[in-house]
Amino acid sequence: MSGHPTPETGQSPGGRHLGELKKGERARVTGVDERGVVTTLPEGELERRMIEMGLVEGSQVEVLHEAFPGRDPIAIRVNEHTLALRRAEARAVLVAPAA
Amino acid sequence: MSVLDSALPPRIALVGNPNCGKTALFNALTGSRQKVANYPGVTVERKIGHFVSPLGRRVQVIDLPGTYSLRARSPDEEVTRDVVLGRFSHEDSPDLLVCVADATNLRLNLRLVVELKRLGRPIILALNMMDAAEKRGCRIDAAALSAALGVPVVPTVAIRRGGVQPLLEQIDGAMASDAAESPAPCGWSEPSSRDLRAYHQEVEGLLAGCVADAGLPPLATRRVDAVLLHPVFGLAFLFLVLFLMFQAVFAWAEAPMNLIDGAVSGLKDWVAATLPDGALRSLLTDGIIAGVGSVVIFLPQILVLFFFILVLEATGYLARAAFLLDRLMGGVGLHGRAFIPLLSSFACAVPGVMAARTIENRADRLATIMIAPLMTCSARLPVYTLLIAAFVPDRPLLGGLVGLPGLVMFALYAAGILSALAVAFVLKSTVFKGAREPLLMELPAYRLPNPRDIALGLFERAKVFLARAGTTIFALMIVMWFLASFPAAPEGATEPAIQYSIAGMIGHALEPLLAPIGFTWQIAVALVPGIAAREVAVGVLGTIYALSESGDALQSSLAGALAASWSLPTALSLLAWYVFAPQCVATLSVVKRETNGWFWPAVMFAYMITLAYGASFVTYRVASALL
Ligand SMILES: Nc1nc2c(ncn2[C@@H]2O[C@H](COP(=O)(O)OP(=O)(O)OP(=O)(O)O)[C@@H](O)[C@H]2O)c(=O)[nH]1
Ligand SMILES: [Mg+2]
Repeated sequence: MSGHPTPETGQSPGGRHLGELKKGERARVTGVDERGVVTTLPEGELERRMIEMGLVEGSQVEVLHEAFPGRDPIAIRVNEHTLALRRAEARAVLVAPAA
Repeated sequence: MSVLDSALPPRIALVGNPNCGKTALFNALTGSRQKVANYPGVTVERKIGHFVSPLGRRVQVIDLPGTYSLRARSPDEEVTRDVVLGRFSHEDSPDLLVCVADATNLRLNLRLVVELKRLGRPIILALNMMDAAEKRGCRIDAAALSAALGVPVVPTVAIRRGGVQPLLEQIDGAMASDAAESPAPCGWSEPSSRDLRAYHQEVEGLLAGCVADAGLPPLATRRVDAVLLHPVFGLAFLFLVLFLMFQAVFAWAEAPMNLIDGAVSGLKDWVAATLPDGALRSLLTDGIIAGVGSVVIFLPQILVLFFFILVLEATGYLARAAFLLDRLMGGVGLHGRAFIPLLSSFACAVPGVMAARTIENRADRLATIMIAPLMTCSARLPVYTLLIAAFVPDRPLLGGLVGLPGLVMFALYAAGILSALAVAFVLKSTVFKGAREPLLMELPAYRLPNPRDIALGLFERAKVFLARAGTTIFALMIVMWFLASFPAAPEGATEPAIQYSIAGMIGHALEPLLAPIGFTWQIAVALVPGIAAREVAVGVLGTIYALSESGDALQSSLAGALAASWSLPTALSLLAWYVFAPQCVATLSVVKRETNGWFWPAVMFAYMITLAYGASFVTYRVASALL
């Protein structure tokens, strides 16, 4: 039901996503683009969820913890709260180095 | 017509993000004791309560499951959506919404408030956890926020005495004013990602205008997590906690259990000495005291188990455990979140099955529900403990650090967990095929458990357990006593009288079916009422052996009687049976309710009884061959 509004389709400068950040790295969210991420959810749902959990353009994120094995899932700080998510789905969140 | 005049009390609903303190507020308003814990997804049903406002109005409050959006993704969130939108049958939407927001995390919490404003219904915003917000250095201008949002804003501290006073006054104010105006038409529709971004912008605007400082996330939580969420130490710690929990159930409870045991046999002796020999004395001593007493003994163990669960829930560690285990549980296709319902199932599978509501994907949820009863629930503890006491020598291991009985208990718990994982694996690779739903879970800040809450929680549990012993188990024991005592033995009988009773006949009728797995007729009798409540099996054995006792074979304790009359393979076989057996009507009926039909409970019963029989058969045969 949602198209992809313009802001998140624009590539972030470094072209990185949240799923590839290492522990301790900080970044700023530049967009949410769920295309290319395989989930059980209907189209557009992952994007909406990410926004509802605070992963939206402009949010500051920092990777705090990594689980085992495979450094997955990750716990990240999103502005004032902490969120656990898997790297696979974190790919939908585009990031640029923190300002 | 004003709300005051109408027959029904005005209804208010508590809506907000998960874990923002709605239930704590509900309890503070109504004086109830609904479950409050520090992880998202505690409340999964709507709960209704009443209070009388400062101006003397009787008001109905509805506590709801937490949600990030009215879009409702999982069954618990659907409850919230349906109540708020008035979609529940025979129920209008609430007269007033109290939006509860965690003041330490307004950026996230206000989004839902902005969305709820679209409903066009009267709203009060409660900024809860103001104490924590102040500690973090948040500076929130409530008056400016109220002006900007156009709704009354009140600070609250749900866990402090008097911390809801401002909210109470505001509710009175709102009741008086909105009775006059008719609510605006509902402007809510499912938000698209574009709408959500717009809400987010609105929130950023509100924050810029009204929040001078959003505060820092607590450093303590971060430091603790650096250890507890460490990929290696974190997992090691989690397993240590679980091991300690199961070990403590055995070790800590021993002394109080001996006390209760002493008291029960003292009472029995006293009654036996006071009353004349006859049916009444037998009913009291062999039926009620032996039966109910052999169940009540386990109260200390249940309390130790609940102590651990309550502490884990209150600190905020459960969400961490779900995080740590997500990958490992993913190996069998389960969601990390499934850990939370599964841990509750150690207490009882019924709340465990209900807690699975927070898992939105139907396949993941069903898989979790289907394995929840394999977690060793507290009603199985009596059976395990009794058999361990009878057959496992109390030998200290590792220089007294753990005892052999505690280790066997741990092994039984482990057997339940491992078989649950195996069943999950089979289910997820056959009927419930498919990827797991995404993990997106807030990790709440750690909180020190409040000793008073823990004590109240334990007291509550003790009450429930004793009430059950005093009603269901008591009644079943009386019935069992009659069945085990009548008809009386014929003239010149050589066997103990119970052999000729109805219970004896039932047991002997079932015996051929259960003989291949080594069960005696006494066990067969005990298994039947055990369906109503697992721990009754222990009570029934208590009665049967009390009635079977004859002069020289008199045993002081039930464990002693069992040790004398069962072979070790039989005992092991019964333990194996109890790891799997689906003997609990309450669980089956909650599964029926949660899955809307008899199909899944039937599947559950069939697979569990098959596993139970199979496991007992193998155990009995192998043990008989080896020993
Ligand atoms: N410091 C502080 N803690 C609070 C306050 N209100 C609630 N808590 C704690 O916050 C945690 C969550 O409280 P709950 O009442 O269970 O939250 P909920 O909103 O009902 O959560 P869900 O049912 O999961 O949606 C518990 O640990 C409470 O003790 C408060 O005003 N101040
Ligand atoms: Mg709640």
